[in-house]
Amino acid sequence: MGRTLAQKVWDDHVVRRAEGEPDLLYIDLHLTHEVTSPQAFDGLRAAGRPVRRKDLTIATEDHNVPTTDIDKPIVDPISRAQIDALRINTKEFGIENYELGNKEQGIVHIIAPQSGLTQPGMTIVCGDSHTSTHGAFGSIGMGIGTSEVEHVLATQTLPLKPFKTMAITVNGKLPVGVTAKDLILAIIAEIGTGGGQGYILEYRGEAIRALSMEGRMTMCNMSIEAGARAGMIAPDETTFEYVKGREHAPKGADWDAAVAYWKTLPTDDDAVFDREVIIDATKLSPFVTWGTNPGQGAPLSATVPSPDDFTDEVDKKATEKALEYMDLKAGMPIRDIKIDTVFIGSCTNGRIEDLRAAAEILKGNKIAEGMRMMVVPGSVRVRLEAMAEGLDKVFLEAGAEWREAGCSMCLGMNPDKLTPGERSASTSNRNFEGRQGPGGRTHLVSPAVAAATAIRGTLSSPADLVGSSN
Amino acid sequence: MEKFTVHTGTAAPLRASNVDTDQIIPAEYLKRITRHGFEDGLFNSWRKDANFVLNRPAYQGVSVLVAGPDFGTGSSREHAVWALMDYGFKVVISSRFADIFRGNSGKQGLLTAVVEQSAVEQLWKIIEEEPSTPVTVDLEAQVITAAGFTTKFEVDSYVRWRLMEGLDDIGLTLKHVDEIAAFEAKRPSFKPTTI
Ligand code: SF4
Repeated sequence: MGRTLAQKVWDDHVVRRAEGEPDLLYIDLHLTHEVTSPQAFDGLRAAGRPVRRKDLTIATEDHNVPTTDIDKPIVDPISRAQIDALRINTKEFGIENYELGNKEQGIVHIIAPQSGLTQPGMTIVCGDSHTSTHGAFGSIGMGIGTSEVEHVLATQTLPLKPFKTMAITVNGKLPVGVTAKDLILAIIAEIGTGGGQGYILEYRGEAIRALSMEGRMTMCNMSIEAGARAGMIAPDETTFEYVKGREHAPKGADWDAAVAYWKTLPTDDDAVFDREVIIDATKLSPFVTWGTNPGQGAPLSATVPSPDDFTDEVDKKATEKALEYMDLKAGMPIRDIKIDTVFIGSCTNGRIEDLRAAAEILKGNKIAEGMRMMVVPGSVRVRLEAMAEGLDKVFLEAGAEWREAGCSMCLGMNPDKLTPGERSASTSNRNFEGRQGPGGRTHLVSPAVAAATAIRGTLSSPADLVGSSN
Repeated sequence: MEKFTVHTGTAAPLRASNVDTDQIIPAEYLKRITRHGFEDGLFNSWRKDANFVLNRPAYQGVSVLVAGPDFGTGSSREHAVWALMDYGFKVVISSRFADIFRGNSGKQGLLTAVVEQSAVEQLWKIIEEEPSTPVTVDLEAQVITAAGFTTKFEVDSYVRWRLMEGLDDIGLTLKHVDEIAAFEAKRPSFKPTTI
């Protein structure tokens, strides 16, 4: 019987397999950052263990960093302590760290693909759940906890049980104006926040093949929001084209050998998935969330659901609670929801293509009266690339803030936060209660919807701008 | 790691589904760089409500948490497990756990016991009617008992073995260091390095 993409990559990394034990899996690349690593380094120190492969490990500062005045000391003493701890630890253990101010600095899941460290057929881990992003290249990218970080630092392996595999086949073409973000939000609403639990998802089908690498990363990034440990997309010419020529990409004969290997990775025709879901791309439209988990989403053209729309008691209760927290009335058109702050950024949508998509819509427009709009590139390189294209000017002229690279308002760990009751349209990945600041209310959207929303002041798609006074 | 065989303690009912790790411990607490003392952050926003179960006098000193389905979803923060353990929890019972949370728990020695939702309901009833009811979790027999009610629970067999033996994961892996080196020797040269 044939094997799936996930099974092939998994099998190629098994160091040891024994009856009744998890597989010991080799890790090709270990990404670290300041939040989930200090206790792991402490553990190594306490046990007197070195880092096994410094050359397969990299660190960056992203979660805590401010996105303005980065040349001044970090004000919050706790944030500063975490950053300092990372600097001391990486120095002591001999790991390269992209400090704030370095041109390689940025969100961990943005910097590895952009420098070519993320390639097909790898195992990539990081103490961060959105490591699933790297699955876009046909790698197994997994979020791990701090103990596992320590384990990988010490051994470059992880004991893991194989996961089940789920195919998510997206047939047909996405309609104009519908993006990878809309598609993944619709998939999560369909299978639920627990639907992917225990699985590695593989996105397949015509609509997936047509996506750019950026779009594929957005999809795989949010696999974790469907409960899956990882999401993957088979490597193809789009992938090779993206990797080629990047700093860490194979060169010369190595490149040929690598491509030959990568071409063997896609799922065999006779492979069997443990579960299959089929989505019709042609039926999709811009999709946003109304509730407090990423599965509580609906088409932008729909109305806010009522608890009575659900038969399941748990869903009913969850809807009731979400509407209360979000201060929304069942039955109101989602398009009428008024937004205070628009955030464009994060490891979901903080790449150059996302900024281009937003800038294209904002060009020649002004953001709505009273609206706050923050544009935060995912990395310094994305920032510089955007500036070289003049995108910063488009944002600034529209009335948005153009900031330095970091996680920013994706989560309330740095100065960029929502205030209680403030409502955002955010291109990030989590709309949990308080995620963007205590009491803050989050609607997850695509960059295009974010930009249109900034102009109109209410949740909007670019199509809504046509013929409007703006 | 301490060995885990049988644990008996009182239990708190957490009647909520999809308790994500942001609810278990908010991002604010992730800034700490130490490994202990996270009990003050546990369920931080809910603890501001005097009626929240852990604030009620009857549920002081609990060591077992009985939660709704999909406990521990969301971010991979291990602080969620530390917070539960620092608070004094030894066992969380639910019908479904998020994968990363379950993995993190196993490594730290917090037992995540999976039972049918009907058993969760039954346990809720028992500990709500009589909060002082001792709940016994027998890892060897994989059985939970409370006031005459008995239910089997599921736990990953490898995690169960490790918990019962009190074994440290890294030490176990380093026993196979020769196999790791042999694997490394065969890795293709096109694989990237960071330096
Ligand atoms: S951007 Fe958000 S989701 Fe991504 S790594 Fe940063 S905090 Fe996590």
